[in-house]
Amino acid sequence: MSTRLANGGRLLNKSQPLEFTFNGKRFKGVEGDTLASALLANDQMLVGRSFKYHRPRGIVSSGAEEPNALVGLGEDAGFEPNQRVTTTELFDGLICASQNHWPSLEFDIGAINAKLSRFLPAGFYYKTFMFPRPFWKHVYEPIIRQSAGLGRAPRDRDQDSYEHFYAFFDVVVIGGGVAGLQAAKAAGDAGAKVLLMEQTPHWGGRAPVDGGTVDGQPVDKFVDGIVAILETMENVTLRRRMMGAGVYDHGYLLGYERVNDHRPDSTGPRHRLWRIRAGQIVTATGAIERPICFSGNDVPGVMLASAVRDYAVDYGVSIGDRTVVVTNNDDAYRTAITLKKLGLEIPAIVDTRAGGGGALAGEAIELGIRVENGKGIARVKGAKRVEAVEICVQAGEGAALETIKCDAVAMSGGWSPIVHLWSHCGGKLLWDDEKAMFRPDVDNAPTGADGEGFVRCAGAAEGHLDLADVLKGADSAGKAAAQATGHKPKRSKAPVADNPKEAGIEPVWLMPQGAGVKLRMKAWLDYQNDVKVSDVQLAAREGFESVEHAKRYTTLGMATDQGKLSNINGLAILSDALGQPIPQTGTTTFRPPYTPISLASIAGEARNETFQPLRKTPMHAWHAENGAYWEPVGAWRRPYCFPKPGESIEDAVQREVKATRDSLGLLDASTLGKIIVKGPDAGRFLDMLYTNMMSTLKPGRCRYGLMCNENGFLMDDGVVARLDEETFLCHTTSGGADSVHAHMEEWLQTEWWDWNVYTANVTEQFAQVAVVGPKARKVLEKLTDDDISAEALTFMGWTDVTFGTIRARVFRISFSGELSYEIAVRASEGRAFWDAVLNAGAEFGVTTYGTEALHIMRAEKGFIMIGDETDGTVIPQDLGLDWAISKKKDDFLGKRAQERRHMSDPTRWKLVGLETLDGATLPDGAYATAEGSNANGQRNVQGRVTSTYHSPTLGRGIAMGLVLNGPDRMGEILEFPKVEGAVMRAKIVEPVFYDKDGEKQNV
Amino acid sequence: MLILTCPCCGVTAEETEFHGGGEAHIKRYGPGSSDDDFHGYLFEKVNPKGVHFERWRHANGCGKWFHAARCTVTLEVFGTYSAQTTEPPQDIKDKISAKRPGWSWREFA
Amino acid sequence: MKRYSAFAVAREALRNHMGWERAWASPEPKKKYDVIIVGAGGHGLATAYYLGKNFGITNVAVLEKGWLGGGNTGRNTTIIRSNYLQDASAAIYEKSRSLYETMSQDVNYNIMYSPRGVMMLAQTQHEVRGYERTAHANALQGVTTEFISPARVKELVPIINLDGPRYPVLGALWQARAGTARHDAVAWGYARACSAMGMDIIQKCEVTGISREGGRVTGVSTNRGDIACDKLGIVVAGHSGHLADMAGFRLPIESVALQALVSEPIKPCMDVVVMANTVHGYMSQSDKGEMVIGGGADGYNNFTQRGSFHHIEETVRALVETFPMISRLKMLRQWGGIVDMTGDRSPILSKTPVEGVFINCGWGTGGFKAIPGSGWGFAELIAKGHSPLTAEFGLERFREGRFIDESVAAGVAH
Repeated sequence: MSTRLANGGRLLNKSQPLEFTFNGKRFKGVEGDTLASALLANDQMLVGRSFKYHRPRGIVSSGAEEPNALVGLGEDAGFEPNQRVTTTELFDGLICASQNHWPSLEFDIGAINAKLSRFLPAGFYYKTFMFPRPFWKHVYEPIIRQSAGLGRAPRDRDQDSYEHFYAFFDVVVIGGGVAGLQAAKAAGDAGAKVLLMEQTPHWGGRAPVDGGTVDGQPVDKFVDGIVAILETMENVTLRRRMMGAGVYDHGYLLGYERVNDHRPDSTGPRHRLWRIRAGQIVTATGAIERPICFSGNDVPGVMLASAVRDYAVDYGVSIGDRTVVVTNNDDAYRTAITLKKLGLEIPAIVDTRAGGGGALAGEAIELGIRVENGKGIARVKGAKRVEAVEICVQAGEGAALETIKCDAVAMSGGWSPIVHLWSHCGGKLLWDDEKAMFRPDVDNAPTGADGEGFVRCAGAAEGHLDLADVLKGADSAGKAAAQATGHKPKRSKAPVADNPKEAGIEPVWLMPQGAGVKLRMKAWLDYQNDVKVSDVQLAAREGFESVEHAKRYTTLGMATDQGKLSNINGLAILSDALGQPIPQTGTTTFRPPYTPISLASIAGEARNETFQPLRKTPMHAWHAENGAYWEPVGAWRRPYCFPKPGESIEDAVQREVKATRDSLGLLDASTLGKIIVKGPDAGRFLDMLYTNMMSTLKPGRCRYGLMCNENGFLMDDGVVARLDEETFLCHTTSGGADSVHAHMEEWLQTEWWDWNVYTANVTEQFAQVAVVGPKARKVLEKLTDDDISAEALTFMGWTDVTFGTIRARVFRISFSGELSYEIAVRASEGRAFWDAVLNAGAEFGVTTYGTEALHIMRAEKGFIMIGDETDGTVIPQDLGLDWAISKKKDDFLGKRAQERRHMSDPTRWKLVGLETLDGATLPDGAYATAEGSNANGQRNVQGRVTSTYHSPTLGRGIAMGLVLNGPDRMGEILEFPKVEGAVMRAKIVEPVFYDKDGEKQNV
Repeated sequence: MLILTCPCCGVTAEETEFHGGGEAHIKRYGPGSSDDDFHGYLFEKVNPKGVHFERWRHANGCGKWFHAARCTVTLEVFGTYSAQTTEPPQDIKDKISAKRPGWSWREFA
Repeated sequence: MKRYSAFAVAREALRNHMGWERAWASPEPKKKYDVIIVGAGGHGLATAYYLGKNFGITNVAVLEKGWLGGGNTGRNTTIIRSNYLQDASAAIYEKSRSLYETMSQDVNYNIMYSPRGVMMLAQTQHEVRGYERTAHANALQGVTTEFISPARVKELVPIINLDGPRYPVLGALWQARAGTARHDAVAWGYARACSAMGMDIIQKCEVTGISREGGRVTGVSTNRGDIACDKLGIVVAGHSGHLADMAGFRLPIESVALQALVSEPIKPCMDVVVMANTVHGYMSQSDKGEMVIGGGADGYNNFTQRGSFHHIEETVRALVETFPMISRLKMLRQWGGIVDMTGDRSPILSKTPVEGVFINCGWGTGGFKAIPGSGWGFAELIAKGHSPLTAEFGLERFREGRFIDESVAAGVAH
């Protein structure tokens, strides 16, 4: 059984006891524990069930690579599924529950899958569940979905906050073990601005557990010393609980800081995502130990050898009373020696190497530990906990030589450098046969903007397992990184380390070498996804030979640990099955994040009200105070209408139209684009941009203009005013303001750069108010002494006017067909002007109106709307706007395009009005059918509705549409089927429904 | 996440400050041009797997357009230069040739 | 080809699965084929399959420079829908969707087609009008969609936040018989069926040149030798320009990065696919329990299969806003592919200026859902020289100004 030892626990603060709850049961722990060490101290080795077969799963590691021990942490708004117990710091009152079992962890009905496992090999679902056809959706898939997944979905809204933090460094070192510490110091000594991050709460990494001496002192003292020095260096920033999540192009790096996960009651963000730009990145990310593939290597109590000694040394936890060590390298002997010195029993060290180990093996033997060379484990006995192991000859087929009782197995298949961050931007790997590992190919580093490498490695991440090599390499890496960012490294020597000489590793990918299929069916590669050796061999047999195919077919490496413990073993088995060397098989692609990061941290602060910037006109507050029903228009909000209390949206809109046409309406038009175009070539420029001839526009006058793109399609419209000889003011649609300005600048800067003309986007500099209706002039005359009579300011003219103290530019233009003035004032005076007009207009029953009333009024007059009559495929000629296309210009944007065959085809649909026979309103987007079907069996169509409203002015539905030969078919009846089938009938009419002669705007 | 240096205002910034504008050095054809030429102008793209010349606008900065020479396979940026050019300047071409032996600037269509 | 079935699995289980055959053969290339398809992604394999199944043309090689299905087919977010606006698009996507319905049975490989429904949220008035237009068009095209109310949206996807302060959900375009499928299985299913018909799928075979004589294709050169053919179909997505160069013509496409990501798996919480185009994000839950998330493409030519982080940020932010309960889930993995975008954002299925060379490309961000329909139509085009499914998608449309534009508007509103 697993217990807390009386002594030991380097990271514990035993004076601070803690309590926590697991599956409803209360347990005790100590400050400094991880949830894993605390559970193990309480002999809670069983912590979950695997994904497919629901096999019992125990803690197998001590770090981020943990595939098994995932719990649901917290409750209510603080609930988070799939938390690794090995990386969760224990805090008082922690609540957690195991996942993926029913009814309980100990007795899980899903385990029936395990009994049926031979019928459920990798990829079995591709071969079955096909009949009867409807059963996939209604029977098989729901069952699969219900049994899949791991943790349960959170239900409540996340109450925590998350932030983003931008940082720039010369050198970023990832990993706070001895390699990272040394690299950071070397870079910092050179004067570089350094960030050193460590994902756990502790500096030093593996070294304090593994031992050794540096510069004559024990390595943990060395660690303390170097940390103390780094803390005094002003150019070095240190951060713990921060993981390097991903390396992106051009030296971009994401750091994931778990600020408050270990103290959930604190204020401040829970997670902070660092968005870092680094000159050079040094990955001192260490290495992960590999499991060994023997039958039963997934039984709870089988653990990585390094993890066993981590728990003993760091947390004072003994994994088992009797631990068998199995290994193909010298490192695992450290575990045996550590446990033995703590007074624990090691029945045997099983070493696959016929020649045995090096100096550490000697030390173990001297301590009286039994060592068996050339041997392996044939099987583990036990289901929910290790009970015994059968030993066999490694070179054989697994005949049991002896059964050894034990309650823990410490396994080591070797070490794999953690190469993820190196690989994210294309860093290459090479296979080191001697060390049996993939390590970074330093001649093929990821390259940055300058084409030079921007990532280097240090320590075990580079493939160095010897402490002396680690420190030397880390020192070089730090110095090289500093040099590459323009700093001069100090001429100093790397620290000198003392390490026992190790014998070489002998790769063992299957134990025993000749294991038969029955053993291979229980030799696990991927613990979480339940992928075994026999599965990878099956994949190879079926032709899934590429490592990516094998991964996807078997799901090896696709679980939440992303194959940290399984990838290398898996591809070695695949290589063997294909009879090809490991480097030829290669690895699958490494992708960020290194370990999973919260979606909330990616979203950051941009939630709720701050999800996106909100643009407000100067009158926004008035609209809000007066009940505006908002419509999002780009980043703006515009009032759709102003419903009175108890009034429906539809009724409000109808009222606003009536009131405006009867008397006086007011619209906030501030969002419409306003662009100044100025210079001797301004007219020439606008002649190119618009279909109209703009250069002939006289100062003081306005002209409605159409803008097409080079592909010939109508993209924007608006009134252009000539302010003086060299200055025009172009209005655009609200959505077009920024894009039209960008469009103008694009042509001026990239094509006609020798023309003498400049633009300025002044949309936000002016508030604009439309004063509309028969009483429009009257209300304005109340506010000014300037002459704005019908003769002084004619239709399509503009003039400067002063309203009290407010200077304004008044455009007499009309989008509604009524007498109408659009008035531009300084933005800072917009609200004051709005209030003044409202005040003066009270006697006329002034009514503020919104976008929908605006739309209806223009439709009643047959004015087109960009976005309704246009959809990116419509040209002015389709809309009867030929009059706006100058015949005198040789060239303008879109002219050549409109000469193409399809653009000049007379059968293009043209704009007409549509009146239903019964006065009803046609639905948005309805199509008019024609006889028959096309070659693909679709109904033929001959027109469609582009705008449709109930018109309060006419008391009936009106619509505009595009119809085949429309203008030549006045009076014809068309059929418009609704989606559900009923057919509406409408007559083709002129698109102007109201005030056909346009008299009202001339009043 | 690219870094580019705007040659107009001198600011070095990440790509979120910029807006990509597609292939550079495209010759405009207007009224009077053949169907082939006009079609080529609007639609035929080099889309190279390698050295590419493209337009960028410093949208969240000085607002100016410029050109960049960049490799679409390694994302190496050889340089940025004025948008008021019909071909890349000689120093940029030389820099690319030095790093990519055998590369040469295409002839204008 | 030995038939797959539950019985076969049970039978093989008793032999410890040692008796399964290769899913597809791994032959050496012959000297000549009637048709060579370059690109063993979903589209290329589907084309080969329908050449065989519909036209009896089986002397076919599918050449793949990497491993089959390793491009966008293995990287997409698996959404299948056909609720497109233009007739030509709706025809090919609906053909595709209906083929997906029976594909598992047709190729005897479970591709796990799950018609759970896809909705596209309308979060502005402009979008409401646009989707109502699409629903009308779909009804006439034989595609069953409807515009549904916010209340119905909430019924179908309870975890949605309808009243986000920026863009309240005003309704959605809903296609009930749209859904998802297992992307790798589609490639593997077609590959196995092609192989069973005697076609040669040749992986690790990179085309390095396309030979012509008198304006007609005669064959290809590859890193595994020269291979002659009568007809050549180029189906290589982001690398289409690269291949077109070899054949001596240019394409109106640019290759950009498209990214996607998954969360860690959780128990079922979402039954349908939701696309929130206003805020640039879409999400569904896979059968494994992962939330599968995607957004818009990156903005510059890029062959790295990596994208920029701010697109991931924008997409995740949009979905956390739309589905607040995913906030405390964790991103497990992000990745990217190369998508080819054409001048009108619609695909190209076409003859080319070189006789005997056909091109199928430009599917942009909408390729997976189109695989069977694209293969069906492209096979017909290759076999017969014309196909009603591909008629509108020819290269000449750019010359004629006859675009197939699905973006529905100049994107402006008042």
